Amino acid sequence: MGILAWTWVIVGVTFSLYIGIAIWSRAKTTGDFYVAAKQIHPVMNGMATGADWMSAASFISMAGLISFMGRDGSMYLMGWTGGYVLLAMLLAPYLRKYGKYTVPMFVGERYYSQSARVVAVLCAIFVSFTYVAGQMRGVGVVFSRFLEVPINTGVIIGMAIVFFYAVLGGMKGITYTQVAQYCVLITAYLIPAIFISIMLTGNPIPQFGYGGSLSENGMRLLGTDAGYLLDKLNQVQMDLGFSAYTSGGAKSTIDVFMITFALMVGTAGLPHIIIRFFTTPTIKGARASAGWALLFIAILYTTAPAVASFARLNMIKTLHNTSYAEAPSWFKNWEKTGLIAWKDKNGDGAMQYAKGTAFKGKVAFAANEVGPYGEKVVSTPIDESNANELYVDNDIMVLANPEIAKLPAWVIALVAAGGLAAALSTAAGLLLVIASAFSHDLIKNVVAPNISEKGELIAARVAAGGAVIVAGIFGIYPPGFVAQVVAFAFGLAASSFFPVIILGVFWKRASKEGAMLGMICGILFTAAYIIYFKFVNPSANKADNWLWGISPEGIGTIGMVINFVVTIVVSKMTKEPPMEVQKMVASLRYPRQIS
Amino acid sequence: MAGKQDFEAYWKENLTYVVILLAIWFSVSYLCGIVFADALDHIRLFGFPLGFWFANQGSEVIFVILIAVYVKLMNALDIKYDVHEQ
Repeated sequence: MGILAWTWVIVGVTFSLYIGIAIWSRAKTTGDFYVAAKQIHPVMNGMATGADWMSAASFISMAGLISFMGRDGSMYLMGWTGGYVLLAMLLAPYLRKYGKYTVPMFVGERYYSQSARVVAVLCAIFVSFTYVAGQMRGVGVVFSRFLEVPINTGVIIGMAIVFFYAVLGGMKGITYTQVAQYCVLITAYLIPAIFISIMLTGNPIPQFGYGGSLSENGMRLLGTDAGYLLDKLNQVQMDLGFSAYTSGGAKSTIDVFMITFALMVGTAGLPHIIIRFFTTPTIKGARASAGWALLFIAILYTTAPAVASFARLNMIKTLHNTSYAEAPSWFKNWEKTGLIAWKDKNGDGAMQYAKGTAFKGKVAFAANEVGPYGEKVVSTPIDESNANELYVDNDIMVLANPEIAKLPAWVIALVAAGGLAAALSTAAGLLLVIASAFSHDLIKNVVAPNISEKGELIAARVAAGGAVIVAGIFGIYPPGFVAQVVAFAFGLAASSFFPVIILGVFWKRASKEGAMLGMICGILFTAAYIIYFKFVNPSANKADNWLWGISPEGIGTIGMVINFVVTIVVSKMTKEPPMEVQKMVASLRYPRQIS
Repeated sequence: MAGKQDFEAYWKENLTYVVILLAIWFSVSYLCGIVFADALDHIRLFGFPLGFWFANQGSEVIFVILIAVYVKLMNALDIKYDVHEQ
């Protein structure tokens, strides 16, 4: 059986599994729909949270991103895991004790203010939509690469699947589907990584393998002498004019620090993650499920840097100074998809890799044209300022792995299914936040407070359905700013939700005036900084012009500090919260119901 | 039913745990993985330069351990002060 047939089979089987789970676990009440009736076991909830959290970007792009950044890339590894420590210790148990359905609802009740709730609803919807658009696009991209269908058809198939299980099952359906999706995606990620680790280092555990020495086989494949893999990688990088892989380079220490912090705090402030901890039966369970979630996430997040190192070393060693005629077969396979391209700048018939970009702008191929060596001809203007002849997309570091490790066709198919599982599970979690924000925070709370349980469930389903369609439209017609806005989502979550929820739990004195002004100042500062450098004046977006050398990606950290300071100062100057609110805050701190 | 005094002591102990654990959280990631990473890179552990290892894997592994320790400590504390869920 060929790769294409295998892919259809495996994708078909996994999709049927997701649909089967959705039918089995469909929601009957609003409690089912919003928080899965608070009946999810912590281990299951941890797996579901892991799948919810790891998006198409984590699965497909992250390892590649790290492999190009070296140690600086660790900011994604630490930033996207460290937030769970904050969640477990500062948020999850208290919000679970609160025991209601949505984050805006908590903000509204804790700060005794409808307007605070509405501000929170708008933030939640904005953050979730920017995220979900990227996921739908990711589904389309995986379909087009592996199944050779147009991207838009892929998006529509993905929409149909998510529509089915999110609308039918709500949080309950989504959670059980995500458990299955986690299993698919982690298997798909680990198998190629394990085999590449064995191939290069002889160690079956990639996490240890990339710190070890090259095996005989690895030395032969890469044409190097004996030594630590990381030393070889550093050497190769420096020979080509890059900085050593294991020491940072491109970014300043303060910027790496600030970006890592913004990602951590942003993670802890994202509504679709916080809401997961509302679904466990107990407070004990909420704490534990944060730990399980991080464990399941860490399995992928500690494999990713290994994949990054293997792929980087393998890419440079097998491509640099190799003639195109002798290029490995994966190169030619992925050249067809436009993820990798070559232009013989110096006319020697061999591929040279170096610092700098080979082409100016987004790489596009001239239709059906082939160059003198049979390579695909790129129509994008060539960047003559450097000697680099290769364009290599981040995504290839994960996608081409099975072929690099010479694994059978079904593994390649599994990677496709893994990418789809990652994208679909994240999309579903986000859609639920959007649906509950509409049906519970807006319709039930503001528009029609007397709506019946049944009516609200219908409203939630309609909202979920509507959100799927809007997300699909974003996926088919991606607004150019999506990539920019994802960084935005973390900054916004860091500078808005995080401080307000933390102070709401840990400081009884935090008042509604303080919280509102804090959120507004934090968001405005962060948004203004990002909008200025990303949209108004992109040419000024360099370290010299940044505030204390902090890039727009890291500015959410400062926005968070501003929010904290404003909330505290204003709260001190205004009336303290009503007694019943203070009592509620006190009751959040103890697991048992205290009368 | 436990008295008011006990609740305050429970909360204080909880905060102490959190402060200590978050200090470790901060040290492994921001200090070992970022600020002092270059200095630590002179030490090698199982083939990894140490600062690079903290940034690449060590922090993540220690994060998982920190949550596990927190869960254990809090479960014990809940019982000690008799505020655990029934």
